[in-house]
Amino acid sequence: MDRRRDAELAAGLAARASYSRLVAYLAARTRDVAAAEDALSDAFRAALETWPGDGVPHRPEAWLLATARNRLVDVARHDTVRDSAAATLRLVAEEAEEQATSAAAFPDERLKLLFICAHPAIDVGARTPLMLQTVLGLDAARIASAFLVAPATMGQRLVRAKAKIRDARIAFQVPERTELSERLDAVLDAIYAAFGTGWEDAAGADPRRRGLAQEAIWLARLAMRLVPEEPEARGLLALMLYCEARRPARRTAQGDYVPLSDQDVRLWSRPMIAEAERVLAEAATMKPTGRFQLEAAIQSAHTMRATTGRANWGSIALLYESLAATAPTVGALIGRAASLAEDRGPDAGMAALEAIGRDLVATYQPYWAVRADLLARLGRVAEAHAAYTTAIGLAEDRAVRAFLQNRRSMLDAG
Amino acid sequence: MSYVMLIYESEDALAARSDEERKEAYWGAWGAYHKALMDAGVITGGASLQPGHTGTTLRLRQGDRQVQDGPYADTKEQLGGYMIFDVPTLDAALDWAARCPAAEYGAVEIRPIHKME
Repeated sequence: MDRRRDAELAAGLAARASYSRLVAYLAARTRDVAAAEDALSDAFRAALETWPGDGVPHRPEAWLLATARNRLVDVARHDTVRDSAAATLRLVAEEAEEQATSAAAFPDERLKLLFICAHPAIDVGARTPLMLQTVLGLDAARIASAFLVAPATMGQRLVRAKAKIRDARIAFQVPERTELSERLDAVLDAIYAAFGTGWEDAAGADPRRRGLAQEAIWLARLAMRLVPEEPEARGLLALMLYCEARRPARRTAQGDYVPLSDQDVRLWSRPMIAEAERVLAEAATMKPTGRFQLEAAIQSAHTMRATTGRANWGSIALLYESLAATAPTVGALIGRAASLAEDRGPDAGMAALEAIGRDLVATYQPYWAVRADLLARLGRVAEAHAAYTTAIGLAEDRAVRAFLQNRRSMLDAG
Repeated sequence: MSYVMLIYESEDALAARSDEERKEAYWGAWGAYHKALMDAGVITGGASLQPGHTGTTLRLRQGDRQVQDGPYADTKEQLGGYMIFDVPTLDAALDWAARCPAAEYGAVEIRPIHKME
């Protein structure tokens, strides 16, 4: 990675973090998420444009507030309907400006904001999107595509959820113990969804996703500190650290896709893996064992290759078995089939793959890629060819597409 | 912040109000709940309503009164009463709603009160 890319990444990460810190800070005091976003949106855009070139300012929050200052006053002045919120917004802007220029660390209310977004009074379909937008700064169109709904529908859903927070006056606090674990699941899901969005963009080509993975890891650390006795918060952090550790090995210098089994283990980040192992071991001492812990354990078994030269497919298959029982997502079922193929041979893998409902996987690219690979190994060349073609057609990532095309032509070459 | 708690009860539950065998338990629970609200100083108003079949619904259409026997919405659970109370947040309001006897056998809806400008 060259220095310019580094600077862009750092700037994007800092801008997003400072922006969401300010949104959370203003919203915590006015309860008006939409007004806080409106007031800061131009400043955020300006930061994304200028910081990569000029560098991240010494006090990023102060920079954003100074840029947003007129807008804050504007929003406050024109908003006669909700004048109490407007007056608070103005006061808060002044207070925040002092905060930002003082030596003290800027108060971080983002986790509180996440828990509000997961409030049971919010429409269940709006919770995760709301978190992605308010805390991670993703736009409605990007979120809509991740949730397979029309951007206008998603936009409306988000607007309604923010109005509910403001008008019904949902408490801006981390919930009581009894409600905490229920809402924690939604928060962890959103953090993982954000990580996934950043993860898919392996090349770091999309500026809107830049730094999202690091941001998600940061939020998981925060969640873990907040609820140290919840093993799933640790499980999620460990899972993301294992995956992130492999980032440098996922593409060649030329940008070509490298499948996990072919990755150069020397490129994996040892410190990140060590931290993941430690966090996962801590989680293992707590009950119950949830989905994220199982997924992290699977990644841990994959990283065995760095020390023993071979991934532990026996344990990976066993762990997928538990995962498929705990959280039978399509991804888990496909992982199970792939691990069975490694552990017991392509026949066993194929049988597990065939058992997945066809309607679930018709347009799910990883299914077709795994299926093509297993068919090729079983010598069913014509079917493998067709499955590769489907997988290529469904691929979103150019490097993945090229990789599959290469596999398909190797098949033809016999 | 002012909220109204709309309390929905089935006809059968409302019948318990005057049923010899059930009325003591019914009113006992409501009495205790009301006292708790009074003691906390959060309640500012409210009323218990007669059953839905005693309701009369009126619409004015082109100057004509259209009067209809029965409640506005003919549903299994009817508006049985409401309370107005003052608490800082929706979460505090929901805590009170969870203590309402009807939450267990009917439903309660919390709505913020629209403030007149």
